[in-house]
Order: sequence, then C-alpha cells, then structure tokens
Amino acid sequence: MAMIQTDAQPQTKPTQEKTAKLLRELVAHLRQNRTQLREEWLRRIFQAQLLTAMTREETFAEATSVYDSYVEALETRTLEALQAYAQKLSERIIPRGVETNEVVGIVLLLRDVLARSLFAKYQTEGHLLNDVLDAYEPAANSIAITVAVGFVRERERVIREQQEAIRELSTPVLQVRERLLILPIIGLIDPQRARQLTEQLLRGIRANRAKLVVIDITGVAAMDASVANHLVLTVESARLLGAKVIVTGLSPEIAQTLVNIGVDLGKMNTVGDLQGGIEEAERLLGYTVVLSSEGAQA
Amino acid sequence: MEVPILKQGAFLIATVQSALTDADLTGLRDAIVERVGRHRSRGVILDVTALDVMDSFATGTLRDIAHMTRLRGAQTVIVGIQPDVAYAMAHMGLTMEGITAALDLEEGLAHLSQGRPMSPHE
Repeated sequence: MAMIQTDAQPQTKPTQEKTAKLLRELVAHLRQNRTQLREEWLRRIFQAQLLTAMTREETFAEATSVYDSYVEALETRTLEALQAYAQKLSERIIPRGVETNEVVGIVLLLRDVLARSLFAKYQTEGHLLNDVLDAYEPAANSIAITVAVGFVRERERVIREQQEAIRELSTPVLQVRERLLILPIIGLIDPQRARQLTEQLLRGIRANRAKLVVIDITGVAAMDASVANHLVLTVESARLLGAKVIVTGLSPEIAQTLVNIGVDLGKMNTVGDLQGGIEEAERLLGYTVVLSSEGAQA
Repeated sequence: MEVPILKQGAFLIATVQSALTDADLTGLRDAIVERVGRHRSRGVILDVTALDVMDSFATGTLRDIAHMTRLRGAQTVIVGIQPDVAYAMAHMGLTMEGITAALDLEEGLAHLSQGRPMSPHE
C-alpha cells in the first residue's frame, strides 16, 4: 500500500500521534476553508495562464475534484485513490491538449496556496508552525509527485498508441487487380516494422488469394543490411504461399546495399519503377491492356 | 499415422492431417513414389494446411518427394503452407528451392492442369 511519508526519521510513538493529530487539524482547516482556498488557487491558475485549453467552467470543475482528492490524500495518508484519480484526470485532459508543465504547475500552485493558508493559521504559534510544516511538506510533495507521474505515464501510453496507429496506416496492402497486390512502403523501416510488413503481406496474400505482389520501395531512401535481408526473407515467404514478388523503385543506395550483402539476385525479381512493375505483373497474370476505340474520356 | 493418398484423375492428393513423425514422413515418401509409378500419375499435391510447424526433416522429405516423383514423370506442388510457417521456414533458410508452392488445393490443381514447364525459380 503506498503510504505518504511524514518524516525521514523513524518517529517515536508520541511524535507519531502528534503528527497524526496535526494532520487531522490541517485537513479540517482545509475543508472548512475550501471555498476561499479553491478561489485563490483558481485565481493563481488563471494568472499563470495555465489550462488555457479548457473553459472556465471545466477548469472550475476539475479544480474542485483535484482539491478534494488532495485533501482526501492528506487525510487518509495513502496514495491509491489519488493514483486512480490522477489516471482518470489524465485520460480526460490529455485529449484536450493539456501539457505536463501545466499539470505539474497547478498541483504546485495548490501546494503553495494551502501552505500559505496553514502558515497564516499557525503563525502566532511559532513552536507549532514547524511541526505543521514537518507534517505537511512531505505529504504535499508525495501528492505532487503522484499526480505528475500519473500524467506522464498516461501521455507515454497515448504516444505509444499513436505510434502503433501510424505504423498500421503507413503499410497498406492494396489489391489492384484480381490476384494482384501492391505494397507501397514509405519512410524508414526498422526491424520491427519490417517484421510487421511481412506478416501483413502474408495475411493479405492468403486473404486475397494473390499470385503476384508488387512491393514498391520508391519511398524508402535507404535500408541497412538486416532490413535488406528481411526483404529477401519476405520474398521467399511469399513464394511458399504461391505468390511471386516483384520489387520496384530501388534507389541507387539500396541497390548498392543489396549487392554488398551478396543477395542472390536470382531470387529477387526487380523492375525499375512501380508502373513497370504493375505492367509486368499484369502481363504475367495474362492481362492485356488496350486503349479503347472510343479514345480517352478524361 | 498414415497419410491418406487420394487419386484424382491423373493426379495424387496427399493431405497431411497432423504432426508427422519422421517414420510417417519417410512412409509417405515411399507410398507416393510407389503410387506415382503404379497409376502413372503426372501430378502430386502435398497439402500441409494442417501443419503448424515444419522442421528441417519435414521440409527435406517433402523436397525428396518432389525430386523423386519428378524422376518418375510427375510434377509435385506443395499447398497450404500457413503464413507463420512460411515465415519461420524462410527465416531458417528452408526455402525448398526448386519446389513449386501454391496457396491451396484449388490453386495447386489449377497449376498442375496447366501443365506448365517447370522453371528453376518456381
């Protein structure tokens, strides 16, 4: 169970009781003055120009629940509920475009607003003030860290998801004729993407019963030896599914790479460009393309 | 476990149903080669759709079947290699060079019916 640290040194029993009593007093004070403290906090948020992506009503609503979760974490001295809350909050605000510095910023502002309020309350009781801050500061810091970490984790998760989506989008397997597939590859290929490409292609061959595949790499500037070998592997796997592969659009750099790694060129069918590749594939499938006697319509 | 071998006109169709032991594989090889001679078949289909994995012994034996039947006047086509199996085979370098592969039984029969001359790249 994640516990809020109240002191670096192990406390004796009377000190523990004193700390617990102080925290209860703090929590009561923060609850009693909730309205004013929340107002002060919101004022500071707007002044610092944070959460500009959200409307005032939204900011007010979120600020209220953050405030309540903050105070509750102080009261229960555990972080589970706060972690869960931070996760949900992040899921809500990340799509709105809220940045990490804003989230960390508003939590720290709340910490400051509450600290000042406690200072004002206990300033006439000097001996108590130190104890109050001793009790409050570590707890407040744990809370700030928990919320910030929760936010960052959620952002990382979203970024990973988006990267995955981009990967899927950028390698479509397209059928352009019966039994003929085109796989246009664009951008950088790393080993993981290469593997994904092959799996997608093999599944596509089976689903479309393709006999010919044109893999166009015009959009690929360069590839290292491992990716080049993977391309050969893809051609061979496709053959085992009864499909012939024509690779088109090799740049001079890639041609060099293939020669350097000693690819058996007899195994690799290549044509200069995509148009040539499609024409060759159609010919192999038995198509003849003729200009109709009506002439061009466009 | 004996692999059933069916006769379809001038062709033989052997459908592998589950993982085969080494003995089953050599048994299959001998049975096909014998039947090709007996029926004067001109084509053989080896259907491995049911296989989740193909090791080097299996691919080697299938290659032997293709070579031996060719010597006896029949062309062999292997059909039904699963995408994952194809990937693993290519990865291990078990490409069965010189052996024709087709997607499934329908494609395999179409290929044999055309009676195309075999090229080294198929």
